[in-house]
Amino acid sequence: MANIVQFENVGLRYGTGAETLSDISFTLTSGSFYFLTGPSGAGKTSLLKLLYLAQRPSRGVIRLFGEDAGALPRQRLPGFRRRIGVVFQDFRLVPHLSAYDNIALPLRVAGMPEGDIEAPVREMLAWVGLTDRGKAKPPTLSGGEQQRIAIARAVIGRPEVLVADEPTGNVDPDMAERLLHLFDSLNRLGTTVVVATHDFHLLNRIPNARMMRLEKGRLNDPTGALKHPPGSS
Amino acid sequence: MKFSLNPNAPDRRLLDEGKRTRAMTWIMAIMLFLTVLSGALGLGMLGATNQLDRQLAGRLTVQIIEPNAELRDQQAKAMVASLRAVPGVVRAEEADRARLAELLKPWLGDAGLDPDLPMPAMIDVDVRGDAGVAAAEAAAKRIVPGARIDRHAQWLSPVRNFMSTLTWLAAGLVLLMASATGAVVLLAARAGLDTHRDTIEVLHMLGSTDLQVARLFQRRIAFDTLIGGAAGTAAALGLVWFLQSRFGALGSEILSGVALEQRDWFILVLLPLSFALLATFAARIAVLRKLGATL
Repeated sequence: MANIVQFENVGLRYGTGAETLSDISFTLTSGSFYFLTGPSGAGKTSLLKLLYLAQRPSRGVIRLFGEDAGALPRQRLPGFRRRIGVVFQDFRLVPHLSAYDNIALPLRVAGMPEGDIEAPVREMLAWVGLTDRGKAKPPTLSGGEQQRIAIARAVIGRPEVLVADEPTGNVDPDMAERLLHLFDSLNRLGTTVVVATHDFHLLNRIPNARMMRLEKGRLNDPTGALKHPPGSS
Repeated sequence: MKFSLNPNAPDRRLLDEGKRTRAMTWIMAIMLFLTVLSGALGLGMLGATNQLDRQLAGRLTVQIIEPNAELRDQQAKAMVASLRAVPGVVRAEEADRARLAELLKPWLGDAGLDPDLPMPAMIDVDVRGDAGVAAAEAAAKRIVPGARIDRHAQWLSPVRNFMSTLTWLAAGLVLLMASATGAVVLLAARAGLDTHRDTIEVLHMLGSTDLQVARLFQRRIAFDTLIGGAAGTAAALGLVWFLQSRFGALGSEILSGVALEQRDWFILVLLPLSFALLATFAARIAVLRKLGATL
């Protein structure tokens, strides 16, 4: 399988402080499922931000879809971002838009005609089990419902890579398992999935998933599934 | 996200209407009110100056100062006849003495009407073209060497200069207003970016381009400018129309020239549209510059 993401000795520093991430090297292969684990403050969110192009690395090279993401001119970033679905830790739903409109956002951003949007949005609402909540605004939805809307929004554009930051952090165990099942089914459709979590109970739920473990901004490889330094099996 | 005039279009809802203030509309109404008044002043003064130029450029008064009434009358008649023969002279008439006496009455009292009072003969001359003026002056000097010739344009040149200054002042005010509008729009766009920062960040992460985000703001600001501008312009035009009707009632030859022509009204009506375009451009620049500094 092709390498879809490659980090080579990547470091990230905010301002003039110490490095949040140091010497990060790994490779993600297309169509795989990855867990990114580690204690709070280990740098999981920072690593994901590099992955979905919300940050540029302070050093090192990040190759996304075969191109050096650090050298991408600004005007090419939107095209790359449309290939990456993101489930934010705090959902980041647009509060004044309905659940339907939130899910439809990536399609509208991509310029899809309005007539072609309804069917996929309805399909996504059904997929996350919120068919009758399309008109609800996010503040009126429960944490689990918001989480599912955020997932629907992240996957509606059929991204090549799905990045989820603590997607089960605000839901009960049953809901967490259901959400994981959604990611698994998406992965089976060919999407590369990266889920950051510190919930070890989830790690065994996806049999073929690989794991990356971050500690104090450095990548460990306790499972041996992912080699560090660079390269993957 | 595509441009749509439909107020219910999904892209029109992307920026929270609940966070929208009407301040921008009011500011634009006031800006356009003042701009249209300045523009009307400038256009009115320009028209009046042009009218004054047309009226005075070829107008002369020849005075024959001769104590002997009989001789003065002869010289005046000869002067009128000669001037009428000069190429370019459109009209040469001796001013009515009774009318002159009437004009002098406030200073001389009834004595001004005394036929023995040695009042100079006054001959009004209308001439076409600068060459005609020179020829008329030469002819007048030839007939009565002591005749005094006054160009009306010289008498009223301070007035004309003042009107010209007002025209330039008005033009400067319009430019100043346009600059202030641009500055207000820049500030409003930046404030809007801060207000809607969360939504914009989400849009960016979903792959939205800077241009798509800029369009959201420029459309909203253009709309506010048009609505506010139309209200301000309507109020200003109403005031201008009222003032113009009052000028007409004054019966002043100069002030009646301040009247706006159809073309001037058309230019004033175009001002809110021009300002909406300016606001759109300023909003676009502001948003693109600010977003360009982010990732």
